[in-house]
Amino acid sequence: MKKIYIKHRLLKDKLLFVMVSLLSALTAVPLLAILGEVLIKGYDQFSWAFFTEPTPTAYKAMKAVAAGELIPGGIANGIVGTLIMLGMASLFALPIGIMCGIYLAENSKKKFAYIVSYITDLLQGTPSVIIGIVTYIWVVVPMKGYSAIAGSVALFIMMLPLIIRSTEETMKILPSSLKEAGLALGGNYMRVVTKVQLPAAFGGIFTGTLLAISRVIGETAPLMFTALGCSIIRWDIDKPISAVPLLIWEFFNDPNLQDLIWGASLFLLVFVLTLNLTAKKLAKKWNS
Amino acid sequence: MNDRIFKIILFLAALVMPVVCGGIVYALANDAYDAFNHFGFINFITSDEWNYTQGNEHYGALPFITGTLLTTLLALVFCIPFSLPVSLFVGEYFKGKKIASILSTVTDLLAGIPSIIYGLWGFYTLRPIIMSLNISPQGSGILTASLVLAIMIVPYAASLSAEFIKMVPDELKEGAYSLGATRAEVIRKVIFPIAGSGVFSSYILAIGRALGETMTVTMLIGNTNQLPASITSTGNSMASIIANQFGEADGLRFSSLIAIGLILFLITAIINVVGKVLIKRARI
Repeated sequence: MKKIYIKHRLLKDKLLFVMVSLLSALTAVPLLAILGEVLIKGYDQFSWAFFTEPTPTAYKAMKAVAAGELIPGGIANGIVGTLIMLGMASLFALPIGIMCGIYLAENSKKKFAYIVSYITDLLQGTPSVIIGIVTYIWVVVPMKGYSAIAGSVALFIMMLPLIIRSTEETMKILPSSLKEAGLALGGNYMRVVTKVQLPAAFGGIFTGTLLAISRVIGETAPLMFTALGCSIIRWDIDKPISAVPLLIWEFFNDPNLQDLIWGASLFLLVFVLTLNLTAKKLAKKWNS
Repeated sequence: MNDRIFKIILFLAALVMPVVCGGIVYALANDAYDAFNHFGFINFITSDEWNYTQGNEHYGALPFITGTLLTTLLALVFCIPFSLPVSLFVGEYFKGKKIASILSTVTDLLAGIPSIIYGLWGFYTLRPIIMSLNISPQGSGILTASLVLAIMIVPYAASLSAEFIKMVPDELKEGAYSLGATRAEVIRKVIFPIAGSGVFSSYILAIGRALGETMTVTMLIGNTNQLPASITSTGNSMASIIANQFGEADGLRFSSLIAIGLILFLITAIINVVGKVLIKRARI
């Protein structure tokens, strides 16, 4: 009787282990399925022209498909737009985010810092579509038109919490002896923060920035009502502009351009995942 | 530059966050006012009519609130059978081993895939499967959207839960082992009671993610504006109705969409703050 009971318990133990391993392994299936599908369908789209030419018109694409050829043109307008907006957003999000992160790490006992910290969490969790409509109200309505500026503002708001968090967390784990040593050498507060603490925290802030970029680069919803999209390569920041995820959305909705979906997706996916993996690798290296 | 000015600059940078947040609330509330004023708040969230033909305009948010809650709830149900094993795998069974870090990388990559690509995959791969299984004729709908949403939130729930499971002190586990407990019993009687609140809070945060997910849901939910009849029927979530109709909306419809945005913002804000509070408590 007792023996059966023990056997039963051991069996349950084994069963749990098998279930856990099996179900864990299953989570790799969607990843492989998505990577595989995008890779297989997108691979033959890749060519020099795909990265240097703007999106074709629906008519041109239709003609090419009818003739059984590859659709001409590419996603250069989206790549340029993404880089411009990402650049402008980072230009503001980096300094402000780092300074805010320093403030939070240095004043963590203050009530104000506590509130700011909560707001940072709250903004980090805010759905991106809401950032999109708010930026529309803030920027697009007063400027009377969609623009790269509006898109950048939306990306800026999305990047800010991520940069603040990574700065704050990295600054907090720096040994306090570092700061004390700097102060003991007679450095004033600003010098100690900028010349001692910030360089020491560089690794964490850098990986945080990479992660922030990889997070916003694939965002579509906040750009739909701000940057809108544009079919030519454009460098003006006060006009509508395209972005790679916006192009994917456009291709998805236009039956004539559907063949371009996978090439653009493959490009975006490779870009995002490389950034992501690099950041995680660097973080691991710098932490150990 | 002296320290005083430096400290003021830091303070100003920190001030940006409350200003942005206040600005978001103000902008949403200001433009949502018309809709709430016209229909009344209670009527707005309990009416299931979404009619934008001129002269007959009537807007109610109930179908979309239902759509959001249904997709989120279903996504959570589908997510748990995978995220919980992953967190046990990484945090207990293979803690610190190479294979655990491989699985962590897999979930990290899943978390990194942009939502529009999840949407494409759902549309071109999952939707035909749903159709061929005769679950729903058009393939898209609340069920399809929830399935993909579930995959999207697995990484969030799993990685955070794993951290809490890892933190369970070895002495407690060893105590149970020395009394003759099997590993399954240690998990059930020691790990879950101790890490439970942390695991719970990571699911709250995963819910927060699912609530506001826009592109995936927009591409898969079918975009109809009636109250969904069942989980296989089409619908719209709060985020997807905004994504669908914001570009062409003006007047009262614009205001109603902003009002939906405000409600969504408040729901996610509450969920996120609750989640973070619970996590901070669980960490102590």
